[in-house]
Amino acid sequence: MKLTGAEIIWECLQKEGVDVVFGYPGGAILPAYDAMTKYPKIHHVLVRHEQGATHMADGYARASGKVGVAIATSGPGATNMVTGIATAMMDSSPIVCITGQVGSKAIGTDAFQETDVTGVTLPVTKHNYLVTKPDEIARAIREAFYIAKSGRPGPVLVDITKDAQQLTAEFDWEAAAPRLPGYRPSYHAPASEYARAAELINSAKRPLILAGQGILKSGTTAEVLKLAKTADIPITTTLLGIGAIPASSELNLGMMGMHGEAWVNQAIQQADLLIALGMRFDDRVTGNLKTYATNAKKIHVDIDPTEINKNVPVDVALIGDLREVLALIQPQVKKAEHPEWWATINVNRGDSSVRDIKNLPDNGHLYAAHVINDIWRLTQNRDTIVVTDVGQHQMWEAQYFHHDKPRSLITSGGLGTMGFALPAAIGAKFACPKKDVWVVVGDGGFQMTSCELATAEQEGIKVNVAIINNSFLGMVRQWQEFFYDKRYAATPMTGPNFVKLAEAYRLTGLLCDKRPDVKATVEKTLATKGTVVVDFVVEKEDTVFPMVPAGAALDAMIRRPKQDVMLESGSDKDWEMPSSALPSVFAEAKAEAAALNGHVKSKKPSAKAARPAARKSAKTARR
Amino acid sequence: MAKHTLIAYVEDVPGVLNRVASLFRRRNFNIDSLTVGRTEQSGVSRMTVVVDATEAGARIVEANLYKLVNVLRVDDLTDKLALMRELGLVKVKVTPKNRGEVLQLVEVFRGRVVDVDEQAIVIEITGTPEKIDKFETVLRSYGIVEFVRTGALAMARGTELTSAAPPLVRTESTHDHHDSGVSMSV
Repeated sequence: MKLTGAEIIWECLQKEGVDVVFGYPGGAILPAYDAMTKYPKIHHVLVRHEQGATHMADGYARASGKVGVAIATSGPGATNMVTGIATAMMDSSPIVCITGQVGSKAIGTDAFQETDVTGVTLPVTKHNYLVTKPDEIARAIREAFYIAKSGRPGPVLVDITKDAQQLTAEFDWEAAAPRLPGYRPSYHAPASEYARAAELINSAKRPLILAGQGILKSGTTAEVLKLAKTADIPITTTLLGIGAIPASSELNLGMMGMHGEAWVNQAIQQADLLIALGMRFDDRVTGNLKTYATNAKKIHVDIDPTEINKNVPVDVALIGDLREVLALIQPQVKKAEHPEWWATINVNRGDSSVRDIKNLPDNGHLYAAHVINDIWRLTQNRDTIVVTDVGQHQMWEAQYFHHDKPRSLITSGGLGTMGFALPAAIGAKFACPKKDVWVVVGDGGFQMTSCELATAEQEGIKVNVAIINNSFLGMVRQWQEFFYDKRYAATPMTGPNFVKLAEAYRLTGLLCDKRPDVKATVEKTLATKGTVVVDFVVEKEDTVFPMVPAGAALDAMIRRPKQDVMLESGSDKDWEMPSSALPSVFAEAKAEAAALNGHVKSKKPSAKAARPAARKSAKTARR
Repeated sequence: MAKHTLIAYVEDVPGVLNRVASLFRRRNFNIDSLTVGRTEQSGVSRMTVVVDATEAGARIVEANLYKLVNVLRVDDLTDKLALMRELGLVKVKVTPKNRGEVLQLVEVFRGRVVDVDEQAIVIEITGTPEKIDKFETVLRSYGIVEFVRTGALAMARGTELTSAAPPLVRTESTHDHHDSGVSMSV
C-alpha cells in the first residue's frame, strides 16, 4: 500500500493503539496534520504550549501505563518540548515525541525554524531518530514505541523531515518490525546472586524494603507485599514509589528522604539490610552518601544496569525485571519475624507523631497541610489521581495525602519541573476519564503553565485545581529561611486573581482562605461540571518538616518543632529555628560562605546579626 | 585511577559518535583517547576508547555504553593480553649539526622519516602509546614544530576474537530520494 510519509505516521500510531495525541501544529509538521483528518479514531488535543504537550503525554503515560504521544513542529516547537522530555527521562516515563523537521536538503542551512533537534534532545532522550525518507518512518516509529515502553521506560523522539512526510512509500507494518541488535531491554541475574540475596534476607535482623517507582512500572505491588509479609520486612517508599505500597498497609512506614518521615530515615540508618526495589538512590533519598546506611548490607534490584553502584555501592545486584526477580527470590525467602526491629521503629514513630500537625489543635488558620489532608479525607470514597507540581505543596501532598492505589500520585520527582502539574493532569484525565483528577499546585508553578486551562476548557474535561497559594516560591523561601539568613531574594510573588482567571477561561473559580470552608469548597468543586480552580490562600511562611538539608546525613533532620510554629501568630510569627536542631553542616557551610566573602570567621554564625535587617526587607517585600 | 581500554562495536549510523561522545561528557567520564574505524563487518564500526577510571568507574562506563541503543558490544581489554598501537607524526626542527643525532633517535625508536626539509623533518612512528610518549619527550629538546597522534587501537592477541562476533545489524535502506514537488523549507 503506497502512502505518504504523513499518512504512515498516523497508520503507525493507530497500529500502536494510540487513541489520543497532544500536539501543536506548525510549518514543518503540517503534512502530518493535514493527513490527521483521515484518521478520526485518534483524538488530537490542541495544547497551548509544546511543553504542555509533553507533560500531557507524560501524565497520560504515568496514569495509564501506556505510551503517551506528543507532536510538535520543528525549531521552537521542538525546543519547547525539551523540558517535558527531560522530565519524562528522569522519571522513566514512556513517551514518544514526533517533531517535524525542515526538508532534508535544507538541513544544516539554518533554514527557517530549523534546529538540530536530535542533537538538542540527545542527552534527555532514551533514544532519538532523524528520519529523512518516507520508507524509514514506519520502522522509526515502531522502534520508538518499543524502546519507550520496554526495559527502563523513557522518552523517544522521532524527528521527521517535511519531505519525508510529503513523499510516498510502501507502507508495510510487518516489514517495519523493530530490528535493534544493540538494544538490551532486560537482563537476567545469575542464580548465584539470588542465593546470596536470599541468604542476606534470611539472616537479616533489621531488614527494610526501599520501594521505588519500579514497582509501579512492573505492577508488582502484591508480590512485594508478599515478600515483606513472609520475612516481616517494613517498607518505605520513595516519592515516586508512593502508591506502589498502600499507605494503609501496616508494613508501610511512609516516605523516605529529604522530607521523609523521621522514623523512616532513622530506620534506614539503623537497618542491617536494605532491599532496594526499583529505586535509584537519588541524592534526595540518601542525603550524605558517606554516612548513608553504613550499618546495612544492600540488595539492589533494578532493570537498568547503569544504576547499580552508581551512587551507593551494593552487596548484591539483581539486574532484571522486578516481576521476574521477585518470582525467583520469593521461594528462597524463609518466614521470619522481627518484633525487636519493629519495636525500635515504633519508638521513633511515637516520638515523631506528637510533632505532627494532624495531632495539633486547629487554631483557625489555613495551612497547606490541612488543605491537602482535608482533600484526602473528603475524597477517600472516590477514585482519585493527584497530580502535583514541585515545591512545598508537593512534599505536603506526599506527607498528608495517603495513597492506597498504584498510579494515584503523579509528580515530577527527578527533574523537579515546575509547571508540570496542570498539563500532566490533563493527560492523566485523558488516560482515566472516569477518575477524579486533582491538581495540587503552588501559585508559582501554576503560573508557569496556566495557559493549559484553555486546553481543559476546549476539551471540556474536568480537572480539579487546588492552588496552594502562599504568595511565595515557598520551597525556595524555606531554603532561604534556613540557609540564607532569611534573605528572601526573588521569592515573594504576586499572581493574578485566580478566581477571575478561571472565569476568564470560562471555567469555575473558587476562593478558600479559612479552614472551616475547606469542606464546602471541596464538595462544591466535585459537584461542579467542568474544570474548577480553587485558590486556597494559605499561611505565607509555612515550612515543610522534617527536612534533611542537602548534603547532611539522613538522620540529621530538622524536625518539626515541638511547639508548633503554626499555632503562633500566622505570617507575623516571631519564630526562630532552635539552633540546636540545626545539624552542624549549616554552621560549617555558613563559615565557609563567610570565609569566601572575606568576612572573619567567627565562632557564632553571623546569622543573628543579619537577621533583623533581613526580616525587615522581607516584610516590606510581602507588602 | 588507571587507564582502561574499552572496545565498543557500534552500528555505523549517523550520529553514533556523537552519542558516545555525549555520554562521556554528560556522565563526566574522562576520555584519554577515542578512535573510530570500520571493521571487517559491513555496518559495524569499532571504537577504541581509553578512559581514566577506577575499576568500578570502568564498569559504570561499560554499562552506560551498553545502554546506548546503537552499541552492539563492549569489551574491556585492560586485563587481557592485548596489542595496543598508535600512530604519531612528528615534525621536528633540525640543523645540519644535529640532523644526524635526530636520525639516530628515529632509528632507535624504529620510526620512519617521511619528509625532509632544510630546517625540519617529519617522522612517522608507530607503537604503544607509552613508546610514543617517550619519543615525544626525547625529541622535545630539538624543538617540536607539530605533533599529532591517532589515539590507541587495540586488539586481543592470539587466534581468539577480541569480542565474540557482534550480532547481525540492520541492512541499509536503498530508497532513492526524489525531489519532485517537495518543499525543502517550512
